[in-house]
Amino acid sequence: MIERILAMMTKELRQMRRDRLMIGMMFAIPIVQLMLFGFAINSDPRHLPLAVEYNDHSQLTRSIDAALRNSTFFEVTRIAGPGEADRLVRRGDVQFVVTIAPDFTRDLVRGHRPQLLLTADATDPTATSGAVNAIGLAVRQGLSHDLIGPLADRADRLPAIDVVTHLNYNPEGITSHNIVPGLLAIVLSLTMVMMTAMAVTRETERGTMENLLAMPLRPIEVMIGKIVPYLLAGFVQTAIILLFAALIFHVPFQGSVVLTVAVTMVFIAVSLALGFTFSTIAETQLQAMQMSFFYILPSILLSGFLFPFRGMPGWAQAIGEVIPATHFMRLLRGIMLKGWGVAEALPEVAVLAVMLLVLGTVAVMRYRDTVA
Amino acid sequence: MTVPLTIDVAGLTKRFAGRTVVDHFDLQLGEGRICGFLGPNGSGKTTTLRMICGLLIPDEGEGQVLGLDLRSERAEIKRRIGYMTQRFGLFEDLTIRENLDFVAQVYGLDHRRRRVGEALDRLGLATRADQLAGKLSGGWKQRLALAACMLHEPRILLLDEPTAGVDPQARREFWDQIHALARTGITVLVSTHYMDEAERCHEIAYIAYGVMLARGTTEQVVVASGLRALTGEGPGADRLAADIEARPGVRTAAAFGAALHVCGTDLAELRTAVSPWADQIRWTETPATLEDVFIDLMRHASDHSVQARP
Repeated sequence: MIERILAMMTKELRQMRRDRLMIGMMFAIPIVQLMLFGFAINSDPRHLPLAVEYNDHSQLTRSIDAALRNSTFFEVTRIAGPGEADRLVRRGDVQFVVTIAPDFTRDLVRGHRPQLLLTADATDPTATSGAVNAIGLAVRQGLSHDLIGPLADRADRLPAIDVVTHLNYNPEGITSHNIVPGLLAIVLSLTMVMMTAMAVTRETERGTMENLLAMPLRPIEVMIGKIVPYLLAGFVQTAIILLFAALIFHVPFQGSVVLTVAVTMVFIAVSLALGFTFSTIAETQLQAMQMSFFYILPSILLSGFLFPFRGMPGWAQAIGEVIPATHFMRLLRGIMLKGWGVAEALPEVAVLAVMLLVLGTVAVMRYRDTVA
Repeated sequence: MTVPLTIDVAGLTKRFAGRTVVDHFDLQLGEGRICGFLGPNGSGKTTTLRMICGLLIPDEGEGQVLGLDLRSERAEIKRRIGYMTQRFGLFEDLTIRENLDFVAQVYGLDHRRRRVGEALDRLGLATRADQLAGKLSGGWKQRLALAACMLHEPRILLLDEPTAGVDPQARREFWDQIHALARTGITVLVSTHYMDEAERCHEIAYIAYGVMLARGTTEQVVVASGLRALTGEGPGADRLAADIEARPGVRTAAAFGAALHVCGTDLAELRTAVSPWADQIRWTETPATLEDVFIDLMRHASDHSVQARP
């Protein structure tokens, strides 16, 4: 019996060795998973971008600035001018804006408990919750060095300042408001990429590709004919998720539906082109599926779907930037939760358009109307 | 009688990763001719067919198919010829009718319903039109595939081992159909491993290691080979193959039932070679067969070639 089991094992190992892609996946997946879960992902995000709007300049405000900069929670990226705060938060350039009122120092000295306005982009509650507390703490600690001598009693009567928090876009911090639009990006990535990759590979695997190629079908015709049915499937998926989002999860829909549909079309096209490119590389459906899986993994983990994008280390953000889902997710959250218009959507759409162009070119170039 | 050439290629050469799979292949084939394409596995038959039907671009060589240039007019060639792949190339998860309808639409045929209906009637599959193609037996699949590649009424049919795994009766019917098509002026180039099929062709082309080794009608190829044969009958004749093959002047020796078939180029040498067994076994001269020629060609491919032009 042992002999027969050994025979089976030997055969299995030999076959495994011939499938290079599978071997690669077998070693790459644990390494990639370790890197992603070990380093990239952080449910307690740090280094979130924060801007401070100073309408008052004094030793005290400089202390606040220093305190924020010293905190590992924030990356004080820029000092915004008046009125720029909303725009930065809306575009998603910064996660927080701290606004210091014109009479901040005077009121503090007089013991009037001045307000410190914290505006947060709360679309992703996980990114904001911890940080909101950290800001109050950092500011008070920063000021404690200055509130000495005659001002010492201000520190005693803590809190000397009143941190007013404005949670924009998702004031109640409902996770599903953020997750559901993101889910649309993930579901579309998963099904669109995998379905096309497998649909084309299936022809090769079943031996029908040679027959197709022998007929007067041009590559572009095969490609479009293959892709459009899945495009329709993608629309159905989109409709289902958006309906559920509205009716069951009550996700606010601030922006335009037309714009949402338009950007979704671009994203679906990118995913289909990617799937088609995979199919020109993979030889079997199994390989196509493995490649799709390899693509989906970072799409879920590095796109900002589950974990705050800004909370990831720089290298992980860099990888995230080249993943189409990242940009589509920003668009969806921007349009649905923040009411983005065309002007705000344009930069992200442009990135997707470039991806579509590159992938489309690769797919068409790799597709041959000859065998081998 | 000269018939117009439908396939006229010269010097076709294809290399894969530095290995020459087809080496300067020439073929002229007239209208209504059936040419059997023979050769051992991996000899370049499929590659040659693919070059002729526009699925592969030759590395060297020129040619015309139906008067169309093999390189620059590949798209038009694909439109006008029928190519039946070695593996069943239709969709197993579509019904018979859906498959035919798909093919008809790809070729942009008019009166699609009527054409598909007629094809189903001809096939005798009208009652099973809504059955999945994958459920058909090997013989029926092959008939369906032939019907599909005849749908657009091509003038040339390229068939790549169409009868592999098909029972004798279905093969017989298939060949009757091929002859019927040829009578209407269609040129057929068919690759096969079966000798009886080769003998049903008007002419044959034998290719090994990418090189054409024999060409002509069955008789021409046999005569050009110069092979002579002896058949030995008697007790234990069939067990002598290895002993006799080792003798000088014997090129091949093979048992057929209880008899032994011995081939060589010189009859006198052959007789000498079998003389030690002359007392128990009766040796008679028989004509060399096509199979003898091909086995011989296969074994001596590198040092021997037969060229007989019709």
